[in-house]
Amino acid sequence: MADERKLCLSGTGITKVFGIGRNKTTAVNHVDFNFYEGEIISIVGESGSGKTTLAKMLLGLINPTEGEIYFQGVKRDISSHRKKKEYWKNIQAIFQDPFSSYNIFRKIDSVLLDCIHMRGGRGLPYDQKVELMTEACRFVNLKFDELTNKYPFELSGGQQQRLMIARIFLLKPQILLADEPTSMIDACSRATILDMLMQLRDEIGMTPIFITHDIGLAYYVSDTVYIMEKGEFVEKGSADEVILHPKEPYTRRLISDVPKIYEEWDLSTV
Amino acid sequence: MRHLTRQVFNSGKFVVGFSIFVGILLIVIIYPILFPYPPLEIIGQGNFFPPGLYVNVYDSIFTSHYILNLDDATANRIASKLDSEDRLAIQKWLTASGFPESEIDIENTAQLLDQWTNNFDPTKRFPGMTNADRNYFIRLNNSLKGLLSTEGAIIAVENPETASLEEAGVVAQNDYIVVNEVPNVRLLPLGTDNFGRDVLTELVAATKVSLIIGFVAGSIATLIGLILGLLSGYIGGQVDDVIMFFTNLLTVIPSFVLLILISFSIGQEQRGAFTIAVVIGLTSWVWTTRAVRSQVISLRNRDHVNLSKLSGHSISYIIIADILPYIASYVVMALILQISSAILAEAGLSILGLGPRTTEVATLGLMLNWALIYQAPILGYWWAFYPVIIVIALIAFSLNLMNTGLDQVFNPALRE
Amino acid sequence: MSDAILEVRELTTKYITRFQEDVYAVDHVSLKVEEGKSLGIAGESGCGKSTLALSLMGYYFPPLHYTSGEIIIDGQNISGMKPDDVRKSILGKEIAYIPQAAMNALNPTQKVIDFIEHVIEAHNPSATKNEIYDLAKRLFEALGLPAEVLQKYPVELSGGMKQRTVIAISVLLSPLVLIADEPSSALDVTSQKMVIKMLRNLMDKGYIKAMIFITHELPLLYNVTDDIMVMYAGQVVEMASAEKAVFDPLHPYSKGLMGSIIVPEEGLRDVKLTAIPGVPPNLKKPPSGCRFAARCKYVQAECTATSIPLRDIGNGRAYRCIFSEAELREKYDREARNNG
Repeated sequence: MADERKLCLSGTGITKVFGIGRNKTTAVNHVDFNFYEGEIISIVGESGSGKTTLAKMLLGLINPTEGEIYFQGVKRDISSHRKKKEYWKNIQAIFQDPFSSYNIFRKIDSVLLDCIHMRGGRGLPYDQKVELMTEACRFVNLKFDELTNKYPFELSGGQQQRLMIARIFLLKPQILLADEPTSMIDACSRATILDMLMQLRDEIGMTPIFITHDIGLAYYVSDTVYIMEKGEFVEKGSADEVILHPKEPYTRRLISDVPKIYEEWDLSTV
Repeated sequence: MRHLTRQVFNSGKFVVGFSIFVGILLIVIIYPILFPYPPLEIIGQGNFFPPGLYVNVYDSIFTSHYILNLDDATANRIASKLDSEDRLAIQKWLTASGFPESEIDIENTAQLLDQWTNNFDPTKRFPGMTNADRNYFIRLNNSLKGLLSTEGAIIAVENPETASLEEAGVVAQNDYIVVNEVPNVRLLPLGTDNFGRDVLTELVAATKVSLIIGFVAGSIATLIGLILGLLSGYIGGQVDDVIMFFTNLLTVIPSFVLLILISFSIGQEQRGAFTIAVVIGLTSWVWTTRAVRSQVISLRNRDHVNLSKLSGHSISYIIIADILPYIASYVVMALILQISSAILAEAGLSILGLGPRTTEVATLGLMLNWALIYQAPILGYWWAFYPVIIVIALIAFSLNLMNTGLDQVFNPALRE
Repeated sequence: MSDAILEVRELTTKYITRFQEDVYAVDHVSLKVEEGKSLGIAGESGCGKSTLALSLMGYYFPPLHYTSGEIIIDGQNISGMKPDDVRKSILGKEIAYIPQAAMNALNPTQKVIDFIEHVIEAHNPSATKNEIYDLAKRLFEALGLPAEVLQKYPVELSGGMKQRTVIAISVLLSPLVLIADEPSSALDVTSQKMVIKMLRNLMDKGYIKAMIFITHELPLLYNVTDDIMVMYAGQVVEMASAEKAVFDPLHPYSKGLMGSIIVPEEGLRDVKLTAIPGVPPNLKKPPSGCRFAARCKYVQAECTATSIPLRDIGNGRAYRCIFSEAELREKYDREARNNG
């Protein structure tokens, strides 16, 4: 696919091995990928497929055992804290469990202030910072003046996840890794979160990467879907192609095992 | 924070432990203010004086006497003089002379004495009675006669010129003095120890020193354990390998053996209470390190730490703001346990005679050591060691109770 | 064939918090499961569906307390029984219960067959080891589990296999009703499908007479149960056949819940997901009137004024809303037209 789309994040031969000797396990095994700017990507895999490990490597939270990650076509360099900080201005994440994503000892203001400081707003007058935070909260339908002096755990799961989006709103990264962003919150709040993420994508022009086990979700949100099994990509392509007309046996099995409501769910296949 | 404090004080165990501990602390602080005796002053000539109110005999003779006619005075006086051996001897003589055994009650002093004075005949002999036995019974009879005498005691003063005794006064059997009027009275609630020192005063001072040793040693151990655990757990890699090598090395050597060896090699002269505290602290950080490390390892992959990294925070900031608060409760509990075990370690070390130097301060362990050397347990001088054991037990009990109470508050799995 | 195996009338149970506040997690819930039928209970976390499961079994241990109502299993009223008696005579024999983490219930130091022996011996001390083994082997094979599992330790089994083993053990004493509370949520999709298949098998082969299946995953519920009951804030808001509940919900909350289903099926990318704003009410101080009022787009002044009864509209359908069926349908149609 040599087209004119701009490369956003790519990797060659990404491998992660945990443990040594007999306890050695390969979580991610020589994975290659090219993520382009503007497309919505989903990486689908069951638990233990290595998708979260891959996400952490993309985020630079852990280092790959082998392979190189390129950011916008340039080899990524995160060898020092300063360089990492620079990289994290471009790539941010939303984690699965909102209840464990926040430091329970820090108030909501300080979470949002961190983001303003990271964008170089440390020297701004306090009024202006408040204005920025209010704007971010308004974007996710939260009221900032009701949140000051509150702790994140005082909010509901959906509200916490929205606060997480407000954080991304302030940071305006190029890439957003959403690791199961809706799996721990109620079905009714799911639509709200997904809508907000899509709206944010249009607003700041970021590239969202969804890491999920929910094939329905991947089908609903993404342009390109990567199916991951045992640390390898077994199938990739457009969402319609991969999910409606899967080629690989693993993908086919995975999709047939998801409960359906319009088509017959065939229980005889297991 | 206020909520947490309220929860902590809602825990019954913690409150009981805390009250006992604060009680001990208050006694340690207030007692020396109320009774400013030097704790290691030798006041008694001789060892192991029993607990009681000590009244100066000389002073009591020369304070005003009051005559009280109390019915049971004689009986009490005789009862206190007549020991159980004499009572058994009386019983033996009476039964041998044909007195019905069922009528003899050796606890009833008045009745027993009555039976004896009415029946005793020094000329009577029974089969199996030796001359020594007979002489003993005659001596016993004479001393009982002395006790029953109603004459007063004459107090004589030597005339410095003639060197003859002159009567200065008579102390009648029904003379009483008021203790308040006697100028020299000293209460020794726990008697004196082998060196003739007031045990209570010494005990309070020793508790203070032991608590200080506990705090110093506990703080040192917790601080070392915390720092090494944080570094080992958060940084990992080679730092972890090196720290864990030493930690494992120290885990397999019993720390008490190490403690004994180090204390011994320091030598008698250098061993102050503070030195001992430092030595205990330096040998007991291992468990804290391991515990903190495992906590940190489970924390460092948590999402809030990842989020903090993504927000561009430095390692030191993450350790202080994202890791430490989460393990703070754990560290407080470790500190409490360390304090209690340091106090016990000091006691153990001192019993072996490897504790702090003996001339300046007493510690709980040293008091036990002295009591043991002077055979207090064998000779039955309970006041020299029981109170010390009780204080050690109370301190350890209260600290452990506080620890379990805190555990219940901080560890939701243990809540009811 | 219309005998009710399990009937619940106006069951109310509450939690008493540490600060002595009452939380009515199950509020006047009535339901009926007939022989050979299965009932699904849907709802978001905190709506009281798991509490209902515990309450149905008479499993009242503090902080959960029984308040009022009746639970009748096969003609026997168990609502007044002591928890200990319930444990001895009801659990396992009348009702079997499978919680989400059931697979962790196996003792890691015992082989599966040892565990089964303990279960059977507790109820039938005269059974010999061979009899028990044969019984277990027949049951396992009928349910599609390999007999080798019996001789294994739990650690040697995968999560899905452990879960299925626990389900098989739970029907050993041939209970009438099986209550499964999110039995497959912690499993991957393939194991989930196996668990579902097994549950269907239990029903089809008559090992159990009725089933109650609790989950927040609606596509799953749709595929497993005959009827669906939707709970919100401790109350039943809608009761209908699975087909009707998913494709033709009446209550605005059920409507929203069904509108948030995403399944990987053709054409569903273009459907706009419904979002319900707001959060469920605090059950310590439930709002008067309709509990969903604060989040409902069709809310009217009357909604919060009086408490809304469950309207029974026949054919096993009921819903809790002040609007009539026709009014609701009209509102939904108009909205659908507006969205194009």
